[in-house]
Amino acid sequence: MWHDAALMAGKDLRIEARSRVASNQVAPFAIIVLVLFGFALDPDRGTLRSAAPGLFWVAVLFCSLLAVQRSFAVEAVDGAADGLRLSGLDPAGIFLGKMAAVILELFALEVLLAIGIAVLYSTPLNGLALLAATAAAATVGLAACGTIYGILAAGLRGRETLLPLLVLPVVAPVLIGATRAWQVALGQSTDDGWRWVTLLAVFAAVYVTLGVLAFGTLLEEA
Amino acid sequence: MTGTGNRTTRLLGLGALVTTAAVVYLGLVTTPPDVVQGDLVRNIYVHPAVATMAYVAFGVTALASLLYLIPRTRSMRWDSLAGASAEVGVVLCAITLAIGSIWGRAAWGVWWTWDARLTLTALLCALFVGYLALRRTGGTAEARAIRCAIAGILFSGVVPIDHYATEWWRTLHQGDTLETLHPLIHGAQLWTMLLSFLSFGLLYAWLVIHRYRVEQLENRLEHEGLAYALAARRAEAATEGHDAAAPASVGGSA
Repeated sequence: MWHDAALMAGKDLRIEARSRVASNQVAPFAIIVLVLFGFALDPDRGTLRSAAPGLFWVAVLFCSLLAVQRSFAVEAVDGAADGLRLSGLDPAGIFLGKMAAVILELFALEVLLAIGIAVLYSTPLNGLALLAATAAAATVGLAACGTIYGILAAGLRGRETLLPLLVLPVVAPVLIGATRAWQVALGQSTDDGWRWVTLLAVFAAVYVTLGVLAFGTLLEEA
Repeated sequence: MTGTGNRTTRLLGLGALVTTAAVVYLGLVTTPPDVVQGDLVRNIYVHPAVATMAYVAFGVTALASLLYLIPRTRSMRWDSLAGASAEVGVVLCAITLAIGSIWGRAAWGVWWTWDARLTLTALLCALFVGYLALRRTGGTAEARAIRCAIAGILFSGVVPIDHYATEWWRTLHQGDTLETLHPLIHGAQLWTMLLSFLSFGLLYAWLVIHRYRVEQLENRLEHEGLAYALAARRAEAATEGHDAAAPASVGGSA
């Protein structure tokens, strides 16, 4: 399973490295979202700084949708989906591999976005340990959830519009938890940030488990 | 099967109508206003019952989805039931939100507040709207059923969280009105409230049976529709062929 996962992740990341869709389209999109939030909230630094954690995670959410859509769009052409089914790879391995590739892409985007909020919203990035732990737990949850619903919607009519409808409500807890934890890390709240990280980790664990269990069935039917 | 009604559904419908009328009378005329809430208390004859039935509806969807996924009990009937129940559930959930919002405006002074129970209920509604969208996607009936069954089970996971939200978090929404056998309310109010559960339960059952049969008819149309249409055209062509005895008209109508 782990070997299959590594193969799958390697393949997806290689495609991204060669096609440059993530770096040339998704990353600029993320920055544009940050800039638009700036316009919408008036470049009054105070408002932007206090809203920065939420805006950051909303931007990550949007990007995760794009990453997941991309992850399954590459399987939709040239009979790749049939190839995947016939490859004999463990479905759980395929799930973990696709998820891992999305996680790595999202990590790269999050670093970019974090620099973005530090520069554009003048938010000092304190509490790096909590920020990083939150990002790790939240990203695994987002990627696991996105990958499950990605395969669910793959190959369907109207999948581009269906995926956000399915994924966004489900990942609402991630948005809430990650935003709260970041508020603590950035010194805007005195909540216990690590409790939110625990919640994110539980969410991630649940969805990774579900994905490992259900992916085989969903892959057959996609 | 040509319609979706029969004696059972008519009885259920009648029962729902009668009990609803009774709840309306008892709730608006007989029962006293509350000491604290005044006439606002009459909301408990609608809101808890509708919300509970929405939970039940999503629970039935989860159960039917599970039964579909287990190979031994796999049948399109379970898929139809899951879909029918989810449809009714979304309507009930939306009504819950609407009524709750109206009540909230009067009692709390706001249409909406970001309370755990409210937010989760809205989330539940959104999730099942997504589920219904998923049901309308293409592909073979079996593939769609499997996808929907998995989504139905995943989404229903929010129901218990929503139910315990008032206990787990400090919420503005009050806890359960019927705390086991120690209700906090007056006798007549209690009976009226229980009757409202019955009336909405009957309404739910009535709606689900009709929607279930519509789903089955749709499945039949999908399976047999083309064959039926072909047979009808062939029969048409054959009769026309007899009447006119001209090959050109047969070709034209086929």
